[in-house]
Amino acid sequence: MVLKPGVVTLKYPFEPHPAPETFRGAPHWDHHKCVGCGACSNHCSSRCILVRDMCQELRVMLYDGSRCTYCGRCADVCPEKAITISTGFEYATGDKNDITERVELFMLTCQRCGRCYDMEHTNAIDRLDLRGYRYDNLEARALIRKTSDQFDQKLFDETDKFARPTKIGE
Amino acid sequence: MLAKLCKKAFPKSLWVYHCNSGACNGCDIEILNVLTPYYDVERFGIKLVASPRHADVMLLSGAVTRPTLPLVKKAYDAMPSPKLVFGIGSCATGGGSWFDCYNVTGGGDKAIPVNYYIPGCPPRPEAIIYGVALALGLVDKKVAPVELKQMEFPIDAYERNRAWENRNVIYKLLDD
Repeated sequence: MVLKPGVVTLKYPFEPHPAPETFRGAPHWDHHKCVGCGACSNHCSSRCILVRDMCQELRVMLYDGSRCTYCGRCADVCPEKAITISTGFEYATGDKNDITERVELFMLTCQRCGRCYDMEHTNAIDRLDLRGYRYDNLEARALIRKTSDQFDQKLFDETDKFARPTKIGE
Repeated sequence: MLAKLCKKAFPKSLWVYHCNSGACNGCDIEILNVLTPYYDVERFGIKLVASPRHADVMLLSGAVTRPTLPLVKKAYDAMPSPKLVFGIGSCATGGGSWFDCYNVTGGGDKAIPVNYYIPGCPPRPEAIIYGVALALGLVDKKVAPVELKQMEFPIDAYERNRAWENRNVIYKLLDD
């Protein structure tokens, strides 16, 4: 028996309707806590966290929110708790660049060898240790995937000239 | 006055066509959820139509797989000309976890031009409503690219030192 008719419809776009506390939205980096270990990029299921080394002491973490599945694994594995999962969901946009994040980190060098890590000209197999290092163009990936018997010098030269994106989308 | 407000608030009645291009049904369930009375989008004049020939807007869900690629293109061409495409979910936005799979074109924008992206896996019904309201001009865009740097700007350090000196009670006591 209905004594009085009611309205169940949300007035959402005109009134805020926040998500519950347990909702997983986009991850946010705390650039003061981040040590640049790259664990988040290793565990990212859609590989939307990329690691780029600009020079010996500058590491850039790129987050591409367009293909992020909001699984929250990056926040789980972060040893410094630098990544927090927000409860936001209003990410609709007309431009994919709006949902990217770029974190520039200063890396200390090793006191013994004077460098953080090998960057450009190491073995392609070594580079696979950190998944975020993998290039985003398919030619480079084909090269990395192929072993020495299928090595193509022409493809390798093209890969060497490939400019690393400083910002996703460029 | 009410008529004027309605004219301003609801400029168009969008008829949407829901196109699944290999989605896992998560985004499709959320789209159907948006049409239910709880998240009633018919108050914006949005109506689900069965044919792309009737539609103004295509709701594209799923990373466009190789078998569905020609069908998606056909459906896009069949829509009459002022048309919008909404990429719903992470798959349609950038390919999701399957962005580099062998049988996936890697996002809706690789197949057809996408006007609005609604990321989320799946996006909440509110997020879809927000995207539609963004297209209708009812709400403002809330996201912008974030750039964080560990570098300290000298002016910030100066101001922080000033603030610390102002806060520091010992100097004041010594002055007294």
